[in-house]
Amino acid sequence: MTVLTPQRALDGQELRHGNLQLSTVALGRVTWVAPYPGEETALSHALQSACSMSFPGPGESRESTAGRILWSGRAQALLIGPHPSAAIEKCAAVVDQTDGWAAMRLGGASAAQVLARLTPLDLRPSHFPRGRTARSLLGHVPVLLVAIENGFEIFVMRSMSETVRHEIETAMRSTAAREKIPTAHA
Amino acid sequence: MLIPCPLCGARDLREFTPKGAAVTLHRPDVGAGLDAWNDYLHLRDNPAGPTRELWWHGSGCGAWLVVERNTLTHEVSGARLAEEEAGA
Ligand SMILES: [Zn+2]
Repeated sequence: MTVLTPQRALDGQELRHGNLQLSTVALGRVTWVAPYPGEETALSHALQSACSMSFPGPGESRESTAGRILWSGRAQALLIGPHPSAAIEKCAAVVDQTDGWAAMRLGGASAAQVLARLTPLDLRPSHFPRGRTARSLLGHVPVLLVAIENGFEIFVMRSMSETVRHEIETAMRSTAAREKIPTAHA
Repeated sequence: MLIPCPLCGARDLREFTPKGAAVTLHRPDVGAGLDAWNDYLHLRDNPAGPTRELWWHGSGCGAWLVVERNTLTHEVSGARLAEEEAGA
């Protein structure tokens, strides 16, 4: 029997420009979870007992030893890591989207300046602190952004991941180049 | 122009798509007369001032919103989830 080797979207070198690094993230299992109407509390309990996380509110994420769950839109979230339990599947629509998503991590002191060139989101830590998630546009591509320690994670549909990486790399180059310009002193 | 999505916070116009007057949330009863259905389908006010419109946060959370906007100033004074109004 033929054995197929799983291939990640976006394999390749980590990109570095100035203080910035862009690397790919191995997500493992990605499950889209959307509670049935009226089942939000039941889903939260099922998640709590299976993965030690409650269902995230708008713009929130949760993390436990089992994995992560990221709010990804109205009444939906992405469960990263664990397989959903039968109890979760009873109160929510559950779809395996493991091969549908690709994720990148952009780190560095000017990570927010890079993304500010591409997305209309307010990325200041006061508005988008660590652990927050947001659906928005990056260029013309729909993305899910997550604020992490010293940077951001960018989740994108696999088919558009090369486009997004290219957009980000171009913005990284410009941002890094600007930082080399000596500041004029008045 | 920023639209205050109840789920996402104040967001840029480019994440949204407009769908016209919010009157479409209130369908006439099945048995309503032809006049009521004609109004619902075809007749719209053209207000110079405050208006209520449906906007879709398609590049954000995916929710439909009822947005209060002033057509003279483009000032957006509020937004709520359409599901709340449709369920009422
Ligand atoms: Zn929204």
